[in-house]
Amino acid sequence: MLKILKYSFYDLIRSRWSYVYLMFYLLLGFVLLFLNNDLSKAVITLMNVIIILVPLIGTIFGVMYYYNSKEFTELLLAQPIKRSSIFIGQYLGVALSLVMSLVIGLGLPFALYGLFESSAIWDFTMLLVTGAMLTLIFTALAFNIALYNENKIKGFSYAILLWLFLAVIYDGLFLLSLIIFETYPLDKFTLIATVFNPIDLSRILILLKLDISALLGYTGAIFNQFLGTSLGLLSALGMLTLWVILPVWNIKRKAQKKDF
Amino acid sequence: MIKIENLHKKYGKNKILTGVDLEIPEKGIFAILGPNGSGKTTMIKSILGMVVPEKGKIFVDGKPTHPNGLYRKNIDYLPQIANFPGNLGVKELIRMIKDLRGIKANEEELIQLFGLTPYLDKKLSNLSGGTKQKVNLVLAFMFDSPIIILDEPTSGLDPVAMLNLKKLIAKEKAKGKTILVTSHIMSFVEEISDEIVFLLEGKIYFKGTIQELREKTNEIDLEHAIANILTENNA
Repeated sequence: MLKILKYSFYDLIRSRWSYVYLMFYLLLGFVLLFLNNDLSKAVITLMNVIIILVPLIGTIFGVMYYYNSKEFTELLLAQPIKRSSIFIGQYLGVALSLVMSLVIGLGLPFALYGLFESSAIWDFTMLLVTGAMLTLIFTALAFNIALYNENKIKGFSYAILLWLFLAVIYDGLFLLSLIIFETYPLDKFTLIATVFNPIDLSRILILLKLDISALLGYTGAIFNQFLGTSLGLLSALGMLTLWVILPVWNIKRKAQKKDF
Repeated sequence: MIKIENLHKKYGKNKILTGVDLEIPEKGIFAILGPNGSGKTTMIKSILGMVVPEKGKIFVDGKPTHPNGLYRKNIDYLPQIANFPGNLGVKELIRMIKDLRGIKANEEELIQLFGLTPYLDKKLSNLSGGTKQKVNLVLAFMFDSPIIILDEPTSGLDPVAMLNLKKLIAKEKAKGKTILVTSHIMSFVEEISDEIVFLLEGKIYFKGTIQELREKTNEIDLEHAIANILTENNA
Protein backbone atom coordinates (compact mmCIF):
# COMPACT_ATOMS: atom_id res chain seq x y z
CA MET A 1 0.00 0.00 0.00
CA LEU A 2 2.83 2.40 0.82
CA LYS A 3 4.23 2.05 -2.68
CA ILE A 4 0.87 2.92 -4.23
CA LEU A 5 0.56 5.84 -1.84
CA LYS A 6 4.02 6.99 -2.84
CA TYR A 7 3.27 6.92 -6.56
CA SER A 8 -0.12 8.62 -6.21
CA PHE A 9 1.41 11.24 -3.99
CA TYR A 10 4.28 11.98 -6.38
CA ASP A 11 1.88 12.02 -9.29
CA LEU A 12 -0.25 14.66 -7.56
CA ILE A 13 2.68 16.70 -6.35
CA ARG A 14 3.71 17.07 -9.96
CA SER A 15 0.26 18.27 -10.94
CA ARG A 16 -0.35 21.94 -11.52
CA TRP A 17 -3.52 21.99 -9.47
CA SER A 18 -1.78 21.09 -6.24
CA TYR A 19 0.29 24.24 -6.64
CA VAL A 20 -2.70 26.39 -7.45
CA TYR A 21 -4.33 25.11 -4.28
CA LEU A 22 -1.19 25.73 -2.24
CA MET A 23 -0.74 29.23 -3.68
CA PHE A 24 -4.32 30.06 -2.86
CA TYR A 25 -3.81 29.25 0.81
CA LEU A 26 -0.49 31.08 0.93
CA LEU A 27 -2.09 34.16 -0.53
CA LEU A 28 -5.11 33.92 1.73
CA GLY A 29 -2.94 33.47 4.80
CA PHE A 30 -0.66 36.38 4.01
CA VAL A 31 -3.46 38.74 3.05
CA LEU A 32 -5.53 37.94 6.12
CA LEU A 33 -2.66 38.27 8.56
CA PHE A 34 -0.60 41.12 7.23
CA LEU A 35 -3.43 43.33 6.06
CA ASN A 36 -5.77 42.62 8.92
CA ASN A 37 -3.28 42.34 11.75
CA ASP A 38 -5.66 40.55 14.08
CA LEU A 39 -4.93 36.89 14.68
CA SER A 40 -8.24 35.77 16.15
CA LYS A 41 -10.22 37.55 13.44
CA ALA A 42 -8.02 35.91 10.84
CA VAL A 43 -8.72 32.52 12.37
CA ILE A 44 -12.47 33.08 12.16
CA THR A 45 -12.31 34.23 8.55
CA LEU A 46 -10.15 31.26 7.72
CA MET A 47 -12.62 28.98 9.40
CA ASN A 48 -15.39 30.22 7.16
CA VAL A 49 -13.25 29.70 4.08
CA ILE A 50 -11.96 26.28 5.12
CA ILE A 51 -15.35 24.95 6.02
CA ILE A 52 -16.74 25.62 2.56
CA LEU A 53 -13.69 25.33 0.36
CA VAL A 54 -11.92 22.28 1.77
CA PRO A 55 -14.90 19.97 1.20
CA LEU A 56 -15.33 21.29 -2.34
CA ILE A 57 -11.69 20.75 -3.26
CA GLY A 58 -11.65 17.37 -1.55
CA THR A 59 -14.66 16.11 -3.51
CA ILE A 60 -13.50 17.46 -6.86
CA PHE A 61 -9.92 16.24 -6.53
CA GLY A 62 -11.18 12.89 -5.27
CA VAL A 63 -13.46 12.11 -8.21
CA MET A 64 -11.07 13.66 -10.71
CA TYR A 65 -8.17 11.58 -9.51
CA TYR A 66 -10.17 8.37 -9.47
CA TYR A 67 -11.41 8.77 -13.03
CA ASN A 68 -8.07 10.01 -14.35
CA SER A 69 -6.13 7.14 -12.86
CA LYS A 70 -8.45 4.45 -14.17
CA GLU A 71 -5.83 3.09 -16.56
CA PHE A 72 -3.24 3.05 -13.84
CA THR A 73 -5.66 1.20 -11.56
CA GLU A 74 -6.32 -1.43 -14.22
CA LEU A 75 -2.62 -1.95 -14.62
CA LEU A 76 -2.21 -2.36 -10.87
CA LEU A 77 -5.10 -4.80 -10.59
CA ALA A 78 -3.20 -7.36 -12.65
CA GLN A 79 -0.22 -7.13 -10.31
CA PRO A 80 0.13 -9.16 -7.13
CA ILE A 81 -1.25 -6.35 -4.98
CA LYS A 82 -4.31 -6.44 -2.75
CA ARG A 83 -7.27 -4.50 -4.06
CA SER A 84 -7.74 -2.70 -0.80
CA SER A 85 -4.08 -1.58 -0.91
CA ILE A 86 -4.59 -0.12 -4.37
CA PHE A 87 -7.66 1.92 -3.52
CA ILE A 88 -6.77 2.93 0.00
CA GLY A 89 -3.28 3.82 -1.22
CA GLN A 90 -4.66 6.05 -3.94
CA TYR A 91 -7.15 7.61 -1.56
CA LEU A 92 -4.44 8.43 0.97
CA GLY A 93 -2.23 9.79 -1.81
CA VAL A 94 -4.90 12.30 -2.82
CA ALA A 95 -6.05 13.18 0.70
CA LEU A 96 -2.56 13.58 2.13
CA SER A 97 -1.32 15.75 -0.71
CA LEU A 98 -4.33 18.03 -0.18
CA VAL A 99 -3.72 18.12 3.56
CA MET A 100 -0.11 19.00 2.87
CA SER A 101 -1.12 21.94 0.66
CA LEU A 102 -3.42 23.14 3.42
CA VAL A 103 -0.91 22.82 6.23
CA ILE A 104 1.98 24.40 4.32
CA GLY A 105 -0.20 27.03 2.68
CA LEU A 106 -1.65 28.28 5.94
CA GLY A 107 1.15 27.28 8.26
CA LEU A 108 3.83 29.29 6.48
CA PRO A 109 2.21 32.73 6.73
CA PHE A 110 1.13 32.08 10.30
CA ALA A 111 4.58 30.93 11.32
CA LEU A 112 6.12 34.02 9.75
CA TYR A 113 3.62 36.19 11.54
CA GLY A 114 4.88 34.85 14.84
CA LEU A 115 2.22 32.33 15.66
CA PHE A 116 4.45 30.30 17.92
CA GLU A 117 4.77 33.11 20.43
CA SER A 118 1.05 33.83 20.50
CA SER A 119 -1.68 32.18 22.50
CA ALA A 120 -3.71 31.53 19.36
CA ILE A 121 -1.57 28.57 18.43
CA TRP A 122 -4.10 26.04 19.69
CA ASP A 123 -6.97 27.74 17.89
CA PHE A 124 -4.91 27.62 14.76
CA THR A 125 -3.98 23.97 15.29
CA MET A 126 -7.64 23.14 15.72
CA LEU A 127 -8.34 24.89 12.44
CA LEU A 128 -5.76 22.77 10.64
CA VAL A 129 -6.98 19.57 12.30
CA THR A 130 -10.53 20.25 11.18
CA GLY A 131 -9.33 21.15 7.70
CA ALA A 132 -7.40 17.88 7.53
CA MET A 133 -10.41 15.92 8.79
CA LEU A 134 -12.70 17.54 6.24
CA THR A 135 -10.24 16.71 3.47
CA LEU A 136 -10.09 13.07 4.57
CA ILE A 137 -13.88 12.87 4.82
CA PHE A 138 -14.75 14.47 1.51
CA THR A 139 -12.04 12.73 -0.50
CA ALA A 140 -13.32 9.42 0.89
CA LEU A 141 -16.89 10.32 -0.02
CA ALA A 142 -15.73 11.28 -3.51
CA PHE A 143 -13.97 7.93 -3.94
CA ASN A 144 -17.17 6.20 -2.89
CA ILE A 145 -19.18 8.10 -5.47
CA ALA A 146 -16.64 7.34 -8.19
CA LEU A 147 -16.55 3.63 -7.30
CA TYR A 148 -20.31 3.37 -7.65
CA ASN A 149 -20.50 5.32 -10.91
CA GLU A 150 -18.73 4.17 -14.05
CA ASN A 151 -19.97 7.25 -15.86
CA LYS A 152 -17.65 10.19 -15.28
CA ILE A 153 -20.23 12.91 -15.78
CA LYS A 154 -22.67 11.26 -13.41
CA GLY A 155 -19.93 10.81 -10.82
CA PHE A 156 -18.94 14.46 -11.05
CA SER A 157 -22.53 15.63 -10.77
CA TYR A 158 -23.19 13.51 -7.70
CA ALA A 159 -20.00 14.76 -6.09
CA ILE A 160 -20.92 18.41 -6.65
CA LEU A 161 -24.46 17.75 -5.46
CA LEU A 162 -23.15 16.13 -2.31
CA TRP A 163 -21.00 19.13 -1.56
CA LEU A 164 -23.81 21.55 -2.34
CA PHE A 165 -26.16 19.61 -0.13
CA LEU A 166 -23.88 19.40 2.89
CA ALA A 167 -22.41 22.89 2.58
CA VAL A 168 -25.50 24.88 1.70
CA ILE A 169 -28.81 23.06 1.40
CA TYR A 170 -28.53 21.09 4.62
CA ASP A 171 -28.31 24.24 6.72
CA GLY A 172 -31.23 25.75 4.87
CA LEU A 173 -33.42 22.73 5.47
CA PHE A 174 -32.25 22.63 9.03
CA LEU A 175 -33.18 26.24 9.72
CA LEU A 176 -36.47 25.80 7.93
CA SER A 177 -37.37 22.84 10.10
CA LEU A 178 -36.41 24.78 13.21
CA ILE A 179 -38.80 27.55 12.21
CA ILE A 180 -41.63 25.21 11.25
CA PHE A 181 -41.40 23.13 14.42
CA GLU A 182 -40.50 25.96 16.76
CA THR A 183 -43.26 25.05 19.21
CA TYR A 184 -41.66 21.64 19.86
CA PRO A 185 -38.57 20.94 21.93
CA LEU A 186 -35.84 20.73 19.34
CA ASP A 187 -32.68 20.23 21.36
CA LYS A 188 -32.19 16.58 20.56
CA PHE A 189 -33.19 16.95 16.95
CA THR A 190 -30.66 19.72 16.55
CA LEU A 191 -27.94 17.72 18.15
CA ILE A 192 -28.58 14.71 15.95
CA ALA A 193 -28.98 16.75 12.78
CA THR A 194 -25.61 18.35 13.38
CA VAL A 195 -23.88 15.03 13.79
CA PHE A 196 -25.05 13.98 10.34
CA ASN A 197 -23.25 16.83 8.63
CA PRO A 198 -19.45 16.91 8.91
CA ILE A 199 -19.35 20.56 7.85
CA ASP A 200 -21.63 21.61 10.71
CA LEU A 201 -19.64 19.44 13.08
CA SER A 202 -16.40 21.12 12.07
CA ARG A 203 -17.85 24.57 12.48
CA ILE A 204 -18.99 23.75 16.00
CA LEU A 205 -15.67 22.17 16.81
CA ILE A 206 -13.76 25.33 15.92
CA LEU A 207 -16.23 27.65 17.57
CA LEU A 208 -16.19 25.63 20.77
CA LYS A 209 -12.44 25.90 20.75
CA LEU A 210 -12.51 29.61 20.11
CA ASP A 211 -15.16 29.94 22.80
CA ILE A 212 -17.05 32.74 21.08
CA SER A 213 -20.51 32.25 22.43
CA ALA A 214 -22.00 34.93 20.21
CA LEU A 215 -20.98 32.99 17.13
CA LEU A 216 -21.92 29.58 18.41
CA GLY A 217 -25.44 29.79 17.09
CA TYR A 218 -28.22 27.52 18.17
CA THR A 219 -26.52 24.19 17.53
CA GLY A 220 -23.29 25.31 19.10
CA ALA A 221 -25.13 26.58 22.16
CA ILE A 222 -26.86 23.25 22.51
CA PHE A 223 -23.59 21.40 22.13
CA ASN A 224 -22.12 23.60 24.77
CA GLN A 225 -25.09 23.23 27.09
CA PHE A 226 -25.36 19.47 26.66
CA LEU A 227 -21.76 18.50 26.77
CA GLY A 228 -19.78 21.41 28.09
CA THR A 229 -16.84 22.76 26.18
CA SER A 230 -14.29 19.99 26.58
CA LEU A 231 -16.68 17.05 26.33
CA GLY A 232 -18.35 18.73 23.36
CA LEU A 233 -15.00 19.14 21.72
CA LEU A 234 -14.11 15.51 22.22
CA SER A 235 -17.42 14.13 21.03
CA ALA A 236 -17.42 16.36 17.94
CA LEU A 237 -13.91 15.20 17.14
CA GLY A 238 -14.99 11.60 17.70
CA MET A 239 -17.90 12.00 15.31
CA LEU A 240 -15.62 13.50 12.68
CA THR A 241 -13.31 10.52 13.03
CA LEU A 242 -16.29 8.25 12.50
CA TRP A 243 -17.07 10.26 9.37
CA VAL A 244 -13.60 9.36 8.07
CA ILE A 245 -13.67 5.70 9.08
CA LEU A 246 -17.05 4.76 7.63
CA PRO A 247 -16.50 5.96 4.03
CA VAL A 248 -12.96 4.54 3.98
CA TRP A 249 -14.30 1.22 5.18
CA ASN A 250 -16.88 1.32 2.39
CA ILE A 251 -14.20 2.06 -0.22
CA LYS A 252 -12.52 -1.14 0.90
CA ARG A 253 -15.76 -3.12 0.84
CA LYS A 254 -16.92 -1.88 -2.56
CA ALA A 255 -13.48 -2.25 -4.18
CA GLN A 256 -13.46 -5.90 -3.11
CA LYS A 257 -16.63 -6.65 -5.09
CA LYS A 258 -16.17 -4.56 -8.21
CA ASP A 259 -15.41 -5.93 -11.69
CA PHE A 260 -12.74 -4.29 -13.82
CA MET B 1 -1.76 -25.60 -13.41
CA ILE B 2 -4.98 -23.64 -13.93
CA LYS B 3 -8.29 -25.25 -13.18
CA ILE B 4 -11.72 -23.69 -13.55
CA GLU B 5 -14.81 -25.27 -12.05
CA ASN B 6 -18.36 -24.31 -12.96
CA LEU B 7 -17.63 -20.64 -13.55
CA HIS B 8 -20.62 -18.31 -13.86
CA LYS B 9 -20.55 -14.60 -14.55
CA LYS B 10 -23.13 -12.09 -15.66
CA TYR B 11 -23.07 -8.33 -16.10
CA GLY B 12 -26.49 -7.12 -15.12
CA LYS B 13 -28.86 -9.35 -17.06
CA ASN B 14 -26.27 -10.22 -19.66
CA LYS B 15 -25.01 -13.72 -18.94
CA ILE B 16 -21.44 -14.05 -20.16
CA LEU B 17 -20.21 -17.31 -18.68
CA THR B 18 -22.67 -20.08 -17.84
CA GLY B 19 -20.73 -22.91 -16.27
CA VAL B 20 -17.22 -23.10 -17.64
CA ASP B 21 -15.17 -26.15 -16.64
CA LEU B 22 -11.62 -26.12 -17.85
CA GLU B 23 -8.35 -27.68 -16.92
CA ILE B 24 -5.15 -26.31 -18.34
CA PRO B 25 -2.20 -28.58 -17.64
CA GLU B 26 1.35 -27.45 -17.17
CA LYS B 27 3.48 -26.45 -20.14
CA GLY B 28 2.30 -25.51 -23.59
CA ILE B 29 0.38 -22.84 -25.42
CA PHE B 30 -3.38 -22.80 -25.16
CA ALA B 31 -5.45 -20.63 -27.42
CA ILE B 32 -8.83 -19.47 -26.22
CA LEU B 33 -11.08 -18.85 -29.20
CA GLY B 34 -14.64 -17.78 -29.64
CA PRO B 35 -16.79 -15.18 -31.36
CA ASN B 36 -16.90 -11.59 -30.12
CA GLY B 37 -18.58 -11.36 -26.76
CA SER B 38 -18.22 -15.06 -26.00
CA GLY B 39 -16.53 -14.34 -22.69
CA LYS B 40 -12.85 -14.89 -23.46
CA THR B 41 -11.70 -11.75 -21.72
CA THR B 42 -14.12 -12.28 -18.85
CA MET B 43 -12.69 -15.76 -18.33
CA ILE B 44 -9.15 -14.44 -18.36
CA LYS B 45 -10.03 -11.64 -15.99
CA SER B 46 -11.67 -14.14 -13.66
CA ILE B 47 -8.46 -16.13 -13.53
CA LEU B 48 -6.65 -12.94 -12.67
CA GLY B 49 -9.23 -11.97 -10.07
CA MET B 50 -10.08 -8.71 -11.82
CA VAL B 51 -13.62 -9.89 -12.33
CA VAL B 52 -15.49 -11.39 -9.39
CA PRO B 53 -17.50 -14.43 -10.57
CA GLU B 54 -20.98 -15.24 -9.21
CA LYS B 55 -20.28 -18.91 -8.90
CA GLY B 56 -17.45 -21.31 -9.44
CA LYS B 57 -13.92 -21.93 -8.33
CA ILE B 58 -10.57 -21.22 -9.89
CA PHE B 59 -7.36 -22.95 -8.93
CA VAL B 60 -3.92 -21.72 -9.85
CA ASP B 61 -1.07 -24.09 -9.07
CA GLY B 62 -3.52 -26.35 -7.26
CA LYS B 63 -4.58 -23.66 -4.80
CA PRO B 64 -7.89 -21.80 -4.94
CA THR B 65 -7.39 -18.17 -5.93
CA HIS B 66 -7.45 -15.85 -2.94
CA PRO B 67 -9.12 -12.42 -3.14
CA ASN B 68 -5.92 -10.78 -1.91
CA GLY B 69 -4.51 -11.46 -5.37
CA LEU B 70 -1.03 -12.39 -4.21
CA TYR B 71 -1.12 -15.52 -6.41
CA ARG B 72 -0.79 -13.11 -9.34
CA LYS B 73 2.94 -13.00 -8.70
CA ASN B 74 3.08 -16.22 -10.72
CA ILE B 75 1.14 -14.73 -13.63
CA ASP B 76 2.22 -12.29 -16.32
CA TYR B 77 -0.71 -10.60 -18.02
CA LEU B 78 -1.04 -8.68 -21.24
CA PRO B 79 -4.30 -6.73 -21.23
CA GLN B 80 -6.29 -6.42 -24.43
CA ILE B 81 -6.39 -2.65 -24.46
CA ALA B 82 -3.13 -0.98 -23.59
CA ASN B 83 -4.31 1.69 -21.18
CA PHE B 84 -1.50 3.45 -19.41
CA PRO B 85 -1.30 6.52 -17.24
CA GLY B 86 -0.65 9.16 -19.90
CA ASN B 87 1.55 11.48 -17.90
CA LEU B 88 4.26 8.87 -17.32
CA GLY B 89 7.22 8.16 -19.57
CA VAL B 90 7.89 4.66 -20.90
CA LYS B 91 10.98 4.25 -18.75
CA GLU B 92 9.19 5.52 -15.65
CA LEU B 93 6.31 3.12 -16.19
CA ILE B 94 8.63 0.13 -16.53
CA ARG B 95 10.58 1.16 -13.46
CA MET B 96 7.38 1.62 -11.49
CA ILE B 97 5.97 -1.80 -12.33
CA LYS B 98 9.32 -3.37 -11.47
CA ASP B 99 9.32 -1.55 -8.16
CA LEU B 100 5.75 -2.65 -7.40
CA ARG B 101 6.53 -6.28 -8.08
CA GLY B 102 9.85 -6.07 -6.32
CA ILE B 103 11.51 -8.76 -8.41
CA LYS B 104 14.15 -8.59 -11.09
CA ALA B 105 13.18 -8.22 -14.70
CA ASN B 106 14.91 -8.46 -18.08
CA GLU B 107 13.33 -5.43 -19.70
CA GLU B 108 16.52 -4.37 -21.55
CA GLU B 109 16.44 -7.36 -23.86
CA LEU B 110 12.77 -6.80 -24.70
CA ILE B 111 13.24 -3.08 -25.32
CA GLN B 112 15.96 -3.99 -27.81
CA LEU B 113 13.81 -6.68 -29.40
CA PHE B 114 10.89 -4.35 -30.08
CA GLY B 115 13.06 -1.35 -30.91
CA LEU B 116 11.65 0.84 -28.16
CA THR B 117 14.89 2.62 -27.26
CA PRO B 118 13.98 5.91 -29.03
CA TYR B 119 10.66 6.04 -27.14
CA LEU B 120 11.96 5.48 -23.63
CA ASP B 121 11.66 9.10 -22.54
CA LYS B 122 8.46 9.85 -24.43
CA LYS B 123 5.18 10.17 -22.60
CA LEU B 124 2.79 7.27 -23.03
CA SER B 125 -0.04 9.54 -24.19
CA ASN B 126 2.09 10.54 -27.21
CA LEU B 127 2.74 7.00 -28.46
CA SER B 128 0.97 5.34 -31.38
CA GLY B 129 -1.30 2.34 -30.80
CA GLY B 130 1.28 -0.15 -32.08
CA THR B 131 4.08 1.32 -29.97
CA LYS B 132 1.85 1.22 -26.90
CA GLN B 133 1.19 -2.42 -27.60
CA LYS B 134 4.95 -3.04 -27.72
CA VAL B 135 5.33 -1.37 -24.33
CA ASN B 136 2.47 -3.55 -23.17
CA LEU B 137 4.36 -6.62 -24.39
CA VAL B 138 7.55 -5.56 -22.61
CA LEU B 139 5.63 -5.19 -19.35
CA ALA B 140 4.01 -8.59 -19.78
CA PHE B 141 7.15 -10.51 -20.71
CA MET B 142 9.78 -8.86 -18.54
CA PHE B 143 9.09 -11.01 -15.49
CA ASP B 144 9.91 -14.67 -15.52
CA SER B 145 6.57 -16.00 -14.24
CA PRO B 146 5.49 -19.59 -14.91
CA ILE B 147 2.10 -18.54 -16.32
CA ILE B 148 1.63 -16.01 -19.10
CA ILE B 149 -1.79 -14.76 -20.17
CA LEU B 150 -1.99 -12.82 -23.42
CA ASP B 151 -5.23 -11.13 -24.45
CA GLU B 152 -5.05 -10.26 -28.16
CA PRO B 153 -1.26 -9.87 -28.25
CA THR B 154 -1.14 -9.18 -31.98
CA SER B 155 -3.37 -6.11 -32.09
CA GLY B 156 -1.74 -3.19 -33.86
CA LEU B 157 1.64 -4.86 -34.41
CA ASP B 158 3.61 -4.49 -37.62
CA PRO B 159 4.94 -7.64 -39.36
CA VAL B 160 8.41 -7.33 -37.83
CA ALA B 161 7.05 -7.01 -34.32
CA MET B 162 4.71 -9.90 -35.04
CA LEU B 163 7.63 -12.14 -35.98
CA ASN B 164 9.48 -11.08 -32.85
CA LEU B 165 6.43 -11.81 -30.77
CA LYS B 166 6.17 -15.33 -32.19
CA LYS B 167 9.84 -15.91 -31.45
CA LEU B 168 9.37 -14.61 -27.96
CA ILE B 169 6.39 -16.87 -27.30
CA ALA B 170 8.30 -19.88 -28.64
CA LYS B 171 11.21 -19.03 -26.35
CA GLU B 172 8.98 -18.81 -23.29
CA LYS B 173 7.33 -22.07 -24.21
CA ALA B 174 10.72 -23.74 -24.41
CA LYS B 175 11.27 -22.71 -20.80
CA GLY B 176 8.30 -24.90 -19.89
CA LYS B 177 5.77 -22.16 -19.20
CA THR B 178 2.01 -22.26 -19.47
CA ILE B 179 0.80 -19.68 -21.96
CA LEU B 180 -2.83 -18.71 -22.49
CA VAL B 181 -3.57 -16.71 -25.58
CA THR B 182 -6.66 -15.21 -27.19
CA SER B 183 -6.62 -14.03 -30.77
CA HIS B 184 -8.84 -13.54 -33.75
CA ILE B 185 -6.01 -14.10 -36.19
CA MET B 186 -6.33 -17.76 -37.04
CA SER B 187 -3.00 -18.13 -38.82
CA PHE B 188 -1.30 -16.89 -35.66
CA VAL B 189 -3.23 -19.33 -33.49
CA GLU B 190 -2.54 -22.19 -35.87
CA GLU B 191 1.15 -21.43 -35.87
CA ILE B 192 1.78 -21.15 -32.17
CA SER B 193 -0.80 -23.08 -30.20
CA ASP B 194 -0.64 -26.64 -28.97
CA GLU B 195 -4.24 -26.87 -27.97
CA ILE B 196 -7.33 -24.76 -28.43
CA VAL B 197 -10.33 -24.07 -26.26
CA PHE B 198 -13.43 -22.85 -28.01
CA LEU B 199 -15.89 -20.77 -26.03
CA LEU B 200 -19.43 -20.45 -27.27
CA GLU B 201 -22.44 -18.96 -25.51
CA GLY B 202 -20.70 -18.94 -22.17
CA LYS B 203 -19.59 -22.57 -22.22
CA ILE B 204 -16.63 -24.56 -23.48
CA TYR B 205 -17.75 -25.90 -26.82
CA PHE B 206 -14.57 -27.66 -27.79
CA LYS B 207 -11.23 -28.43 -26.22
CA GLY B 208 -8.46 -30.29 -27.99
CA THR B 209 -5.76 -30.02 -30.60
CA ILE B 210 -6.23 -28.24 -33.90
CA GLN B 211 -6.02 -31.63 -35.61
CA GLU B 212 -8.97 -32.89 -33.58
CA LEU B 213 -10.99 -29.81 -34.46
CA ARG B 214 -10.27 -30.33 -38.14
CA GLU B 215 -11.46 -33.92 -37.93
CA LYS B 216 -14.56 -32.97 -36.01
CA THR B 217 -15.60 -30.35 -38.53
CA ASN B 218 -14.24 -32.03 -41.69
CA GLU B 219 -12.46 -28.83 -42.67
CA ILE B 220 -8.85 -28.52 -43.67
CA ASP B 221 -7.92 -25.12 -42.32
CA LEU B 222 -8.68 -23.67 -38.92
CA GLU B 223 -10.47 -20.59 -40.15
CA HIS B 224 -13.04 -22.68 -41.98
CA ALA B 225 -13.33 -25.08 -39.08
CA ILE B 226 -14.21 -22.22 -36.75
CA ALA B 227 -16.62 -20.74 -39.26
CA ASN B 228 -18.18 -24.17 -39.57
CA ILE B 229 -18.86 -24.32 -35.83
CA LEU B 230 -20.36 -20.87 -35.81
CA THR B 231 -22.66 -21.33 -38.78
CA GLU B 232 -23.71 -24.77 -37.64
CA ASN B 233 -24.67 -23.35 -34.29
CA ASN B 234 -26.60 -20.49 -35.74
CA ALA B 235 -28.43 -22.65 -38.21
